[in-house]
Amino acid sequence: MSGLLFEGADWNFLTLQRIHDACETVAQKELGLDTYPNQIEVITAEQMLDAYSSVGMPLFYKHWSFGKHFAYHEASYRKGLMGLAYEIVINSSPCISYLMEENTATMQTLVIAHAAFGHNHFFKNNYLFKQWTDADGILDYLDFARGYIAQCEERFGRMSVEHTLDAAHALMSHGVDRYPGKKKLDFREEEKRAGKRRLYEEEQFNDLWRTVPTGPAKTSAVLNVERRRALLGLPQENLLYFLEKSAPRLAPWQRELLRIVRHIAQYFYPQGQTKVMNEGTATYVHYRIMKRLHEEGRLTDGNFLEFLQSHTNVVFQPEFDDPRFSGFNPYALGFAIMQDIERIVKDPTEEDREWFPDIAGTGDEMAVLRDVWANYRDESFISQFLSPNLIRHFRLFHLHDDPAERAGILVDAIHDERGYRRIRRELSKQYDVGYIDPNIEVVDVDLAGDRRLMLRHTVVKGAQLNETDTKRVLQHLADLWSYDVQLTEVDAATDKMLKEYVLNPRIQPAAA
Amino acid sequence: MVMHIIDRRLNPGGKSLENRQRFLRRAKALVQGAVKKTSQDRDIKDVLEGGEVSIPLDGMDEPRFRREGGTRDMVLPGNKKFIEGDILPRSGDGSGRKSGPGQGDSEDAFRFVLSKEEFVNLFLDDLELPDLAKRKFAEAESEGLVRAGYSTSGSPANISISRTVTRALARRVALRRPRPEALAELEDKIAQETDEDKKAALVAELEALRAKAKRIPFIDPIDIRYRRFEAVPKPIAQAVMFCLMDVSGSMSEHMKDLAKRFYMLLYVFLTRRYRHVEIVFIRHTDRAEEVDEQTFFYGPASGGTLVSSALQCMHDIVRSRFRPSDWNIYAAQASDGDNATSDSENVARLLTDNILPVSQFFAYLEVGESGTYSFEMPDSALWSLYERLRANGQPLSMRKVRDRSEIFPVFHDLFQRRGTTQERAAS
Repeated sequence: MSGLLFEGADWNFLTLQRIHDACETVAQKELGLDTYPNQIEVITAEQMLDAYSSVGMPLFYKHWSFGKHFAYHEASYRKGLMGLAYEIVINSSPCISYLMEENTATMQTLVIAHAAFGHNHFFKNNYLFKQWTDADGILDYLDFARGYIAQCEERFGRMSVEHTLDAAHALMSHGVDRYPGKKKLDFREEEKRAGKRRLYEEEQFNDLWRTVPTGPAKTSAVLNVERRRALLGLPQENLLYFLEKSAPRLAPWQRELLRIVRHIAQYFYPQGQTKVMNEGTATYVHYRIMKRLHEEGRLTDGNFLEFLQSHTNVVFQPEFDDPRFSGFNPYALGFAIMQDIERIVKDPTEEDREWFPDIAGTGDEMAVLRDVWANYRDESFISQFLSPNLIRHFRLFHLHDDPAERAGILVDAIHDERGYRRIRRELSKQYDVGYIDPNIEVVDVDLAGDRRLMLRHTVVKGAQLNETDTKRVLQHLADLWSYDVQLTEVDAATDKMLKEYVLNPRIQPAAA
Repeated sequence: MVMHIIDRRLNPGGKSLENRQRFLRRAKALVQGAVKKTSQDRDIKDVLEGGEVSIPLDGMDEPRFRREGGTRDMVLPGNKKFIEGDILPRSGDGSGRKSGPGQGDSEDAFRFVLSKEEFVNLFLDDLELPDLAKRKFAEAESEGLVRAGYSTSGSPANISISRTVTRALARRVALRRPRPEALAELEDKIAQETDEDKKAALVAELEALRAKAKRIPFIDPIDIRYRRFEAVPKPIAQAVMFCLMDVSGSMSEHMKDLAKRFYMLLYVFLTRRYRHVEIVFIRHTDRAEEVDEQTFFYGPASGGTLVSSALQCMHDIVRSRFRPSDWNIYAAQASDGDNATSDSENVARLLTDNILPVSQFFAYLEVGESGTYSFEMPDSALWSLYERLRANGQPLSMRKVRDRSEIFPVFHDLFQRRGTTQERAAS
């Protein structure tokens, strides 16, 4: 339990085991973390590049776009434009962490504390991951997907599989369910309701009683629209789901491909919403563990300094006018907020007591943090826990840029009493998926006419879709749907139509 | 909790290879164009080193629904002097960046690195040995033996023992030949048996079994199988490439450089087609000699010009070292076109009678000073002579080259795949 874990920079597998055990003791005893079992894999730079191109997963189906990413990463890595990550961690059970072989012993300690305990705890406990991902099944599912797609290529030809995957990838960002359960329940409810209504209509219908010509056609048309929309589960924002279930001319294997891409998109959905929290958690955990190991005399001062140096690099937040600035560094923001929470819990000021009456001065920072890690995502995390103290520390300010305003960009709020809440609200909005992704839904299908699929983009704050890309995506959509696709952009506030796209499928459907 | 450490470093690499190949296949036309363009500004030696190419993203993009424009709200760190209500000019120091990360348009070109192999493949992909060579290629074949199952007859050296024994075993089992163990067991029983009647019965049984074992041989001639071989025609997998060059005083360094580039291309091209390629360098003034590469390109020489001497030299070497039935013979001649008038007859005779009939391909490259244009140059003595031979139906390829940048197009032109030419003509 005592003595140095290692000396110098060299390590071997026994060292890794010792490091892991030491980290585990701190993580469980002191931080009270609850993790999946760990699996640590040592890989080379080339294997790291491989992992990069398949979104970090150890196995993935084959597609040219991954080759493109690989070629790109390889080129920039070889030219020295890009360093590689020290680790990659996979949300699975057992939790797999890939460590680079080039890392020094200190870096391996940092990385094990960061990934194998920090990320691991977050994956296992955060509600989004619990809700959306099946950590036990993901590797098996990817294996199935790879096998299935390879089989499809053999049976239906590589080109047709590639076209389907291209299309599915283009729609991937709109292939997730945003609301757990509700959607599915809704769909079933709608179906049941539609069935009931049909039954009722059948019961009520008696042609003998009809003595006058049928009522104005409009009424029945309106009724039809409602019934149709209910039957198809419209409006539907999960475009891939809709196509999988309702596209009229897809082969069963194509539906399965859409389903695979949709499931994978869904698997990654929580990661996009918890970047700040996930990295913040891992950084906070590795910081605590490393500090404790040093205090216990298990790391030399030299090694600890090496750690501090890379830790400082990781949590560095350039200011807005710095040439290195490219948005918020999730490591920096997450780590800062969590350290701030620790301060508020242990040593609050008057201001903190006013802003955070629930947690200020309660004394057990780990209990608070574990609760935060389990029950928040970036958006709610920031809107709850970004304190005035941190706003002052980062010297945050809010800019409002309205193109219609000729004079320039308005500074709407700064780090003062009037601005704290507004800044916090705006920053949390920047992390809200509801604002990040364009809101596009399938609203209707012209079943009686030319089977045109109608989509609607609700334009928020005047941000319309990029025309070139939208046409390409819609082309893919039309190819899957096999009939015309129409997208209207409608302003959310005024309900005014701003733009309309209509695309025909590239392969005309045979007369059916 | 149990923790596993796995060393993945020894896992086979190249996991992304297939995806990469798919990407290259998809981007083939684009990459090929880029490769050609890159290769023009490079030295021939480096051309085949692989390296970075840049292709337009057209057709390789992965579109997504993206938003742009509209009113934007940003929260940024590092306020120094702003207070609420300030209006910042849109382009200026204080305004920070106009677009956040990932909002700008994606880069219009995609850069990546090709390996040497990939580069050469793409570089020479649409090239092919010309028809002439193909005809010869089909003729110039040797016989090779290939395993082709088993037969019931053959030479004793080819008996397949395992096959024979397997068949014998199957036959013995099928005919219920008594096993030696069964016989031994029966003998034991007889020795222990006291009852005379029973003993007699057992002895009779033993005799019957013995007789049966004798009738059914352990190995029968019908069991024997021989390994069968079939003769198949095998293309010759070796080639020799003759580099002929005029090194008389009229050839400048620039001209030699052009010739060298052409030879290098031809060499690379041949190495892709044949397992083994030899190069013979023949330089000539008014007499020819076989030299090594260094001397060939850089050795000083002077004198008059007699092309026939080089052809004679090549003919001698072919006769002594490279039997046309065993070797695919390629020749490329570079010259500025000067030749003694009296030599024409000799050249024509040597080519028609000796060289061309055994060569797969004979290319004549007339090199000139850069800055002049091909069409400005009057036809040289050699050019007119070869032109005449060609008109008589001799399979000669000839091109004029003035500038480095023309080398690849000329080479490409000479070896272009037939189908591609026709397609282009059609489109």
